Amino acid sequence: MRNAALVVLCLAGFVGRPVIAQDSIPVEQGVRIGITYAPGVRPGMLVLGGSGGGDRTTALDSARTIITRDLHYGDLFEMIVLPMGDSLSLTIGRSPGEDGDTAASHVPFVNYALYRVLGADYAVDVSVDRDSSVVVTLHDVAGELTKREVRIPNLNPNERDFRMRVHRAADELVRVITGVSGIAASQILFINAGRIYRVDFDGHTVEALSPEGQNAMSPVWAPDGHRAVYMEFQEGLGPLFMLDLDTGERRVLPFTQESLNFAPAFSPDGGTLAFSRAGDDGTDIYAYNLADDCCLQRLTVGGFSDNLSPTFSPDGQRIAHVSNRPGTPQIYVMASDGTGQELFAPFDYGVSGSSHAPEWSADGLSLTFDRDVGRVPQIFVMEVAGRKVRQLTSLGRNYDPTWAPDGRHLAFVSTRTGSQQVWIIDMETGAVRQLTRLGEARLPAWSPRIPERLN
Amino acid sequence: MRHTLPISTGIAVVLLAAACGGGPPPPPPGPDLDSLAAAEAAEQALTDSIAQAQAVRDSIDRERVRIEADETRVREDSIAAVRGETTRVRDALAERVHYDYDRSNIRAGDAAILDQKLAILQRNPSLRIEITGHCDERGSDEYNIALGNRRALGAKRYLTDRGIAEDRITTSSRGEENPAAMGANEEAWAQNRRGEFTIASGGNQLRMPTGM
Repeated sequence: MRNAALVVLCLAGFVGRPVIAQDSIPVEQGVRIGITYAPGVRPGMLVLGGSGGGDRTTALDSARTIITRDLHYGDLFEMIVLPMGDSLSLTIGRSPGEDGDTAASHVPFVNYALYRVLGADYAVDVSVDRDSSVVVTLHDVAGELTKREVRIPNLNPNERDFRMRVHRAADELVRVITGVSGIAASQILFINAGRIYRVDFDGHTVEALSPEGQNAMSPVWAPDGHRAVYMEFQEGLGPLFMLDLDTGERRVLPFTQESLNFAPAFSPDGGTLAFSRAGDDGTDIYAYNLADDCCLQRLTVGGFSDNLSPTFSPDGQRIAHVSNRPGTPQIYVMASDGTGQELFAPFDYGVSGSSHAPEWSADGLSLTFDRDVGRVPQIFVMEVAGRKVRQLTSLGRNYDPTWAPDGRHLAFVSTRTGSQQVWIIDMETGAVRQLTRLGEARLPAWSPRIPERLN
Repeated sequence: MRHTLPISTGIAVVLLAAACGGGPPPPPPGPDLDSLAAAEAAEQALTDSIAQAQAVRDSIDRERVRIEADETRVREDSIAAVRGETTRVRDALAERVHYDYDRSNIRAGDAAILDQKLAILQRNPSLRIEITGHCDERGSDEYNIALGNRRALGAKRYLTDRGIAEDRITTSSRGEENPAAMGANEEAWAQNRRGEFTIASGGNQLRMPTGM
């Protein structure tokens, strides 16, 4: 206790300062975003340091690092970073069990008063239980109580699903606080050098999933989060492939074998695959009933215009897509049976540039797409109810946006640093971060929250 | 079979020479100098006739090689002529057309290039071609597949409108995936917005249309 008292004394010097490293990673330079940013309303989040853990130290440290980053990248909290590092965290984290009660040594010492002084509304402790489970504890600082304990049994940093299991724990903390699960247990598919790649939401675990030497494009996630569909150029044709993301197994979809198909989209129930097909009449949108494995249906008949890049509304009732019937490609919408086609995202004829790559958010409220501004593509978001369109980016070329499952973050391709990479933007704060750092990344597709595979 | 007769003749000569050795038949007992000389003479005659036959055969072989070389030269000359024409037709067929940004209509200046392909298709009725549309890197990667497809269709329509059967031309698109020129400038982009023409079948021997 003496040490803790010392710490409090030391901290008295900080109390007068309103800002204790609000964001450890500064917002990237030069980004001007057309977003209303309401600062200072996010709850403060303190991830407690710690020591010990015996043979579980590695797992513990990794889990703590991952959870801290997950909460930070979720952009929901002001992350509180302690200025003095380990010497502080040691004392804040836990009591050494000085009363001699060894059985209580795993119980973290909690100093709500101190956390409050640091500006924390929530504190997270990561520790090891007696049965070697990693325990993630969420403290409500104002209420001075433990809100949730997430236990991760048999957590092994060398196991393939280690990071995903920790991400799910972080998401559970977010769910307890906000009512909606976080997005740490999500991944992004993208294309690099003709191959499908997968990367975790935090930029970790970059992995190629499709064979080398091919020209793969258009990856999309199945709603189950365990499969994807993509296209591959093959001698003038473009068959679509179904890829099992857990086993790596892939098979061609027979109804796409003899034609040039691209830009597919799953219906929210996973029962229908809509896609674009380029043929003798131009490009049109088709739908195939995957559930019954039958019934290829043509949804648009373009004649002299092209219709492509379908995206379902989350209720499955409507399909937004690109059509160039007004002369330049723009965003249209229709019922999922192809009827009632109409312009969706308003544009100024002769002024607004081409619009591409629409994607409906999972909450159904927003639609994102890219639109040329002075022949340079930028990311736009349309509020679906009022059909109000706003521009989110202006630095470099920005295109092919894809929604995070929270409907608040977007991944997109940007050339802002010179090379073509996938970036992530938080629509609420305007914060951006670079996700990929290899070759030339493009065509990102953000997964739903990926559930554990039930085998 | 032409060479069979002279060779048989040569063999007959040899046999004849051996049979009528030239001298009188030798007396059975004892050595006879005359008969030895006669045997030597016969042997000499045999050797001479073999050499003679060999000479005949060699001259025949030389003649045959000469004739075959002549024939080959004639054949190769005509093959070269046909091949040269085929190559020239192929080169003419491979000439690309180019497009304006986000457009698929045939430029006025490119109509002559398509007219040439029209003539080639008319002159070579078994020729089938594939037209592949390409785009520059601007515009969405996926929209460019549709745009490339439309560019290929535009070129195809130019030819089918002028009487070429639909089934002789297939179309495809590579979007922006196979740029002809690298670089993020108008010069490279202009080269990359193109239609490429490749032979699908019937292109082994091609005739040049008259007037080309």
